[in-house]
Amino acid sequence: MSAGLEVVRAGALTTVQDEGRTGWAHLGVPRAGALDGPARRLANRLVGNAPDAAVLETTLTGCAVRVTGARPVLAVVGGAGCRVAVDGRPVAWGAPVRVPPGAVLEAGPALHGLRGYLAFAGGLVPEPVLGSRSADLLSGLGPPVLREGDVLPLGRTGGGAPCVDTVPWPGVPAELVLPLYPGPRDDWFTGAALRTLTTAAYRVSERSNRIGLRTEGPALRRARDGELPSEGMVLGAVQVPPDGLPVVFLHDHPTTGGYPVVGVVDEAALAGAAQAVPGTPVRFVRV
Amino acid sequence: MSGRPGAGVRMSGVRVLEAGPRALLVELASGEDAEAFHAELLRRRAAGELPSVREIVPGARTVLLDGVEDRTLAGRLRSWSVPPPARGSGEAVEIRVVYDGPDLADVAEAWAVAVDEVPRIHARTEFRVAFCGFAPGFGYLTGLPGHLSVPRRSTPRTRVPAGALALAGPYTGVYPRESPGGWQLIGRMVGPADLWDPAREPAALLGPGARVRFVPMGVCG
Repeated sequence: MSAGLEVVRAGALTTVQDEGRTGWAHLGVPRAGALDGPARRLANRLVGNAPDAAVLETTLTGCAVRVTGARPVLAVVGGAGCRVAVDGRPVAWGAPVRVPPGAVLEAGPALHGLRGYLAFAGGLVPEPVLGSRSADLLSGLGPPVLREGDVLPLGRTGGGAPCVDTVPWPGVPAELVLPLYPGPRDDWFTGAALRTLTTAAYRVSERSNRIGLRTEGPALRRARDGELPSEGMVLGAVQVPPDGLPVVFLHDHPTTGGYPVVGVVDEAALAGAAQAVPGTPVRFVRV
Repeated sequence: MSGRPGAGVRMSGVRVLEAGPRALLVELASGEDAEAFHAELLRRRAAGELPSVREIVPGARTVLLDGVEDRTLAGRLRSWSVPPPARGSGEAVEIRVVYDGPDLADVAEAWAVAVDEVPRIHARTEFRVAFCGFAPGFGYLTGLPGHLSVPRRSTPRTRVPAGALALAGPYTGVYPRESPGGWQLIGRMVGPADLWDPAREPAALLGPGARVRFVPMGVCG
């Protein structure tokens, strides 16, 4: 039997993610890819994978998978902090662990943070679509959301043993600080709105998802009415829909849109956004 | 814009806006200028004359350059000489449609014409894909004159079938897959699976810049 994983507990929302699709935005194809890129890369490094190998991304409740095939599989659970077990026996979080054939690797519910990353030596190798194995939840490209009983193939391992086995994982901050570059449509908002955005206390809304981090807080008033002709949107764009509440675009964001973008959050800060649970305080800080 | 084909002219009203630390949003004075600027970007990229960018995403009046490494590009973009868009070149994509959509009467009223005039006007228009969005392979097609713009439906439909031929604002579009939608439905494409196939090259039948004609089929089509 070839190496693979059988989904024992799918969790609230578990998807396959790699670096995502680039070069197709002009056809309306979102980037997709792991929301917490540093966590994905670190998890891959710990099992000896290339940094762009596909991993599992879990949401809040973790997941459990059984190793199929004849050989043990080196795996790691990182990202959101959680209890980790192999066949019910606790093992270390954030460090590589050998999972024997037939054994179940369980990533428990997140204790801090939101999205967990499970990397396996060889990487997950479902059929790529437009050069990526990432699930794109906006347009439905890539492998579907995991369900119990699904079987996912694993790739061949490179044979090289990972050169590290313990690393410092970034903690989850109590407050999400997002460095904001104003524009391109900051002139669609009043000066007061821009001051509000960079001084007021916002919170992560529970309506956030892989498309966008929605916020709750004071609404931003526009300086002009009317519709913005549809234009290209970047990762990290802070779009302001008619309700005035800023939405930070994450990896499954639409490629074009008609609501004005008041500013753009530096991509490097979005890993924190991936781990911010609803209710987390958010501050936008002008760069 | 004026000027002989191939003889680039410097565009007026070009704004280059920063969209974060790694993207530039080039705003043009009109949709035609955006079309020409986009074509020029693709020409220069193919000729190896453009610094590395990850994405070139046209919009209604803009072109977004994402993943720009060379920050000096912004200053140069403003002063580019850009030839007018090459019209009438290349084969038009022909889309076979049946004009039997549920909103034909509403569109006829908005256009102030008889219902059976709507397909005639639509089918004799040459369209062009201005940009994509909403879903992979969904093109926003321009070509109808400004006075034939129609509003979106006040209440969007929860389910629009794949292949639905639809109008909103100045645009025509064909839904590549079933989805919710607020556009006015005037017909349906025959064989909508052709619109989007990620295993095919090109994946999108209606990519930016493509010329498009709608060919009416009989009601049995």
